[in-house]
Amino acid sequence: METIGDREEDIIEEFSFFDDWMDKYTHLISLGKELEQMIPENKTSENQIKGCQSQVWLNAELTENSILFQADSDAIITRGMIALLLRVVQGQTPEKIASYDFNFIEKIGLTTHLSPSRANGLVSMVKQIRLYGVAFQGKTK
Amino acid sequence: MKQLNLKHDFPILDQKINGKPLVYLDSAATTQKPQVVIDTIVEYYKSSNSNVHRGVHSLSERATDSFEAVRSALCQYINAAHEYEIIFTKGTTDSVNLVAHGFRSLLNPGDEIIVSELEHHSNLVPWQMLAQVSGAKLVFIPMLESGELDISILDSLLNSRTKIVAFNHISNALGTVNPVKKIISAAHAVGACVFVDGAQAFPHMAINVQELDVDFYAGSAHKMYGPSGIGLLYGKSEWLEKLPPYQGGGEMIAEVKLKESTYAGLPHKFEAGTPNIEGVIGWGAALKWLEGIGIENIKKHEDDLLIYARGLLSEIPDVIFYGSAKDRAAVISFGIKGSHPYDVGVLLDQMGIAVRTGHHCAQPIMTSFKIPGTVRISLAAYTSKDDIDMFIVALKKTILILN
Repeated sequence: METIGDREEDIIEEFSFFDDWMDKYTHLISLGKELEQMIPENKTSENQIKGCQSQVWLNAELTENSILFQADSDAIITRGMIALLLRVVQGQTPEKIASYDFNFIEKIGLTTHLSPSRANGLVSMVKQIRLYGVAFQGKTK
Repeated sequence: MKQLNLKHDFPILDQKINGKPLVYLDSAATTQKPQVVIDTIVEYYKSSNSNVHRGVHSLSERATDSFEAVRSALCQYINAAHEYEIIFTKGTTDSVNLVAHGFRSLLNPGDEIIVSELEHHSNLVPWQMLAQVSGAKLVFIPMLESGELDISILDSLLNSRTKIVAFNHISNALGTVNPVKKIISAAHAVGACVFVDGAQAFPHMAINVQELDVDFYAGSAHKMYGPSGIGLLYGKSEWLEKLPPYQGGGEMIAEVKLKESTYAGLPHKFEAGTPNIEGVIGWGAALKWLEGIGIENIKKHEDDLLIYARGLLSEIPDVIFYGSAKDRAAVISFGIKGSHPYDVGVLLDQMGIAVRTGHHCAQPIMTSFKIPGTVRISLAAYTSKDDIDMFIVALKKTILILN
């Protein structure tokens, strides 16, 4: 399976083609539109992360030795960010996810979306992804 | 239209954001500060810094004189009857809390507090807390679809149990200017005390508390070109005398013994601890600046720009306006069909345009419109026609990208 590092490299390369912010955001928005819809049953208040600006839902399931995430947001740019974050951690082991730093976001120049002042729910989502990693460690089959 | 041209007074506005000239359309959140306010604060620390109301030395006297001169200027500005009716607080929120806390000892179970549905959380939550502690009941003046308060049913809400009526002068979320005088006289007819949140009104219109006959009126310096962390509570002296002190400490006492103390008179009774001295002095400079321009000139400038901006926005098919009150000030709240306000705000920021998105700390209003929030532009004396033009170009581009 691809490592987290491979996937990060892919994304960084993908974003390196964009010269200006418009292309970058157009791409981010199309990623948001393409992100798989979350199963409505998983869009529970338990799975909801309340941001001041946009809402995020995150669900995680353990299968074999990997975590499968599903997430959604009411804002399309936040959905695009979710698509990027999940692409890297999807199906990875709890151990890897527990200590993952999502540094590639800075390298593609989208780090403001992970700033606490944005209050878009993504900062808490990143924390929650790691917490799932911690919680599922040792529970692997 | 003849417009004010004040950009050169505001050094912060001369910069680029994301490579584009900054267009600041978030003045209802906080206004920028003219150079003279910044200079006054620096000068205060360079030449006069000292604690106020104590000490016989010259610096302390100088600081106290400057500090009290601002109280006097504010007293005149809002036409209060006495300087001691001006209480310095941390800001509007602090002022609401001071009064709501004070009423804990004055309310009984079964009493009623009327609040409007158009409130900022700061003029709602403290009253909820008061209701919880005192057993009083919260009653709401409903908001109409236009963003105006439904004053027609006010008389049916008011009765002898009504002790407090609290509402804002101008809504931060929609810009609605409320019929303050009408509500005040109706409330007074049943003997209720009236609290008006004037945070959004101070920068946009002349305030005359005696003419309004308001019991309490609150505002913040940072929304009227002054520093943050300082505001005022105006209260009629008979009401201020009735309220117990809010916080204990230095400055607010007359005599202290180990087991009990007697409290200072107004205004010091409500000003425990060393105050935000540079804030007050900076506010004085802001007020002087504002009076130099003239609040009527500022209002005219903003009203013209508001009509101009609304006209351009209404030509964009995807724009949905929230709030269509007849009397509105300095704020346009809107949405883009099919788009989340957050997305609109993020893309505008990429083009150097600062707007506010979200629920504007007024969630009940958003709930009644069944939306997560709005995009809000808000104007100030320094906003220019160019700002509006650049914003409109950026908004059209934003809609293109989102679709």
